[in-house]
Amino acid sequence: MSLKRTILDLRKRKDEVLKGGGEKAIEKQAAMGKLTARERILYILDKGSFHEYDMFVEHAARDFDMDKMTLAGDGVIIGTGTIDGSPVCIFAQDFTVAGGSLGLMHARKITKIMDHSLKMRVPLIGINDSGGARIQEGVNSLAGYGEIFFRNTLASGVIPQISVILGPCAGGAVYSPALTDFVFVVNQISKMFITGPGVIKTVLGEEISMEELGGAKVHAEITGNAHFYAESELECFEQIKQLISYIPWNNSQKAKVHETAKPKFKKKIENIVPSDPKLPYDIRDIIKAITDKSDFFEIMEYFAPNIVIGFGRMEGQTIGFVANQPKVMAGVLDCDSSDKAARFIRYCDSFNIPIITLEDLPGYLPGVDQEHAGVIRHGAKILYAYSEATVPKITVIIRKAYGGGYIAMNSRHLRADFVFAWPTAEIAVMGPEGAANIVFRKEIAEAEDPEAMRQQKIQEYKNKFANPYVAAAQGYIDEVIEPEETRNILLHALQVSANKSISGPSKKHGIPPF
Amino acid sequence: MAEEKVETIIVHSAVYKTEYTNKYRNRVKWEKPNEGEILSFMPGTIIDVFVKPGDLLKKEDPLLILEAMKMHNNVLMPFDGKVVSVHVKPGDKIPKKHAMLEIKAI
Repeated sequence: MSLKRTILDLRKRKDEVLKGGGEKAIEKQAAMGKLTARERILYILDKGSFHEYDMFVEHAARDFDMDKMTLAGDGVIIGTGTIDGSPVCIFAQDFTVAGGSLGLMHARKITKIMDHSLKMRVPLIGINDSGGARIQEGVNSLAGYGEIFFRNTLASGVIPQISVILGPCAGGAVYSPALTDFVFVVNQISKMFITGPGVIKTVLGEEISMEELGGAKVHAEITGNAHFYAESELECFEQIKQLISYIPWNNSQKAKVHETAKPKFKKKIENIVPSDPKLPYDIRDIIKAITDKSDFFEIMEYFAPNIVIGFGRMEGQTIGFVANQPKVMAGVLDCDSSDKAARFIRYCDSFNIPIITLEDLPGYLPGVDQEHAGVIRHGAKILYAYSEATVPKITVIIRKAYGGGYIAMNSRHLRADFVFAWPTAEIAVMGPEGAANIVFRKEIAEAEDPEAMRQQKIQEYKNKFANPYVAAAQGYIDEVIEPEETRNILLHALQVSANKSISGPSKKHGIPPF
Repeated sequence: MAEEKVETIIVHSAVYKTEYTNKYRNRVKWEKPNEGEILSFMPGTIIDVFVKPGDLLKKEDPLLILEAMKMHNNVLMPFDGKVVSVHVKPGDKIPKKHAMLEIKAI
C-alpha cells in the first residue's frame, strides 16, 4: 500500500468511528432533545483544541453473539483539549452506541483518561449518558465501575473533577458523579437514581415518574446531588466554562488571577440590611456589593438555600463565599445547609481558595425531623470543615451570631484569621428574647404585669449584650467596621493572608462526621 | 395585588420573618406512634395469620407472616398482651402502613 493509500485508509477508519451508533441512533438521540457525545465535547472545549484517543478500541464482549458486533469506540469518547486556554481531560459516553452501556474496554478508556488527568494534574470532565452496565459483559462491567470509583477517590482533592449528567445515569453508575466535586444537570435530560421507577412500583407499590424520582430538579433542589442546574445543554456548557475560570488546575496551584474591577452594585451596602435582626434580606446582595464586577457564581442555588455558597473574585483572585441567607428559613443551620457548606469549605481548602464567611443566623433549626435526621452529626461537619481548613479564613458578622451558630460560622475559636463585625452585629449566647426568658424567669413570673416585665428585661438584655462590643472586649472580634468599609478591609485582610502557612499535628487523615 | 406571604421561624423565642423551602413545607410532622396498632412496614401479601381476637400472647409470639420483597417476614408480638382485633386474612394484598392487627398490653 502506498503512503497515500494508508492515509486514505486511516481516514476511512476514523470516519467509520465518527458515525457513532449510526444515523438512526443519532436521530433518536436528537429526538430526545439531546446532543451527541462528540457535539457536547466540541461545545465545551475551545475550538480546534480537542484530541481524541483510543478511537479504534474494540469491545471485549464475546458471549451472546456480541463478538459479531462492532461498537464505535466502545461507546465512549476520550480525549484532551482546552477551556479558555486551560488544559482538561474529558470523556463522554455515547448513548448512540449500545446505549452508552459500560463494558470492560469502555471502562478502560475512561480509566485511561482519568489516570492521565491525575498524572498531568489537570481537571477531569466526565459526561454521563449511559443505560448502565453492559449486562452481556457480566462481572467485567462491574469491575469497570469499581476501577472508575477508585480513581475518582484517588484524584479527589488533587484535581478538580466535574460530572455532567446528560442522559440516564442509574444504578451503580451514579457513584462516580457522587464522588466528584461538581455535578451538572439539565432539565428533562438528566436522570439519576439507584433504583428505577419500575422496581419501586413492584416492590413498594409507589408510582413515580423518572423525572419525579431522579430528574434534574429533584437533584438540584431535594437531594443535593447536583450542584448546577440548567434549562438546556448549551446553558450547562456555559456554566462549566465559568466554573473552570474560577478554579485552579490542581491542588498545588492557585486559580488564575483575573483583572481587578470594582463592584458594579451601586446600592449603599448599609441600606441592604434592615436593622431589626428579625427582618429578612438577600445576603447575595451583600456578596455582590463587595465582589469584583459584582459577579457571584452561586453553587447549589436551589438546595438548602438558607446557606449561600459560591465563587466571586476580589482584586481578580477567586474567593469562596459562605453566607447565611436570612431570606430563607431565617438563615438557620440545619442538616442540609451544614452538609452543603461543609463540603464547599473542604473544596476551597483543597484547592487553595480563601474563604470569606458572611454571618447572620439565629442558630440551628428546631424540630423533631431535624433531630431525628441527625442534625448533630450533620451540623458537626461544618465545625469540622472550618476547623480543619488552612486557607485564609475571614469572617464578617453582619447581624446575628447566636449560640452554636456563632461558633460554627468560622469563629475565632475555630482558627479564623480575621473576624470583623458590623456595628449591627449581635454576638451572644442566644437572642435577647430567649435569654431574657431564662435569665429573668423569676422576675417575669413574679411581676404584676409579666408581659411588661418581659419586654423590659428583653430591652435590658438587648442594650447590654446585643452588640459586637462584648465579644470585641474579649478579642474574639478583631475590628468593628463600618459597612461601607467592608470590601476594602477584606481586600487588605486577603493581601496580608496571601502567604499564610500553618500546620497541624501529623496524621493519616481525620475522621469527619460524614 | 397578591397578599404577601409571611412565613416565620422561631428560634429561642424570637420570631423571624422569612420564607420556607419546599422541602420544609413538605416535611412529615412527627406523631407519636400508636403502640396498639401493628402496621405493615412494606406493601405485601399476607401468607398466614396465627392469632384471633381475644388471644393472650407473650412478647415475641408470632402474629402473622407478611410476604414483602420476596421474603416471608414473621411479624411478632412487641410486648405481652391481648389481640383486640384482626383486620387481615391470608391472601390479602395490603399497602404500606396498613393496620393489620390491634393489640393491647395487659
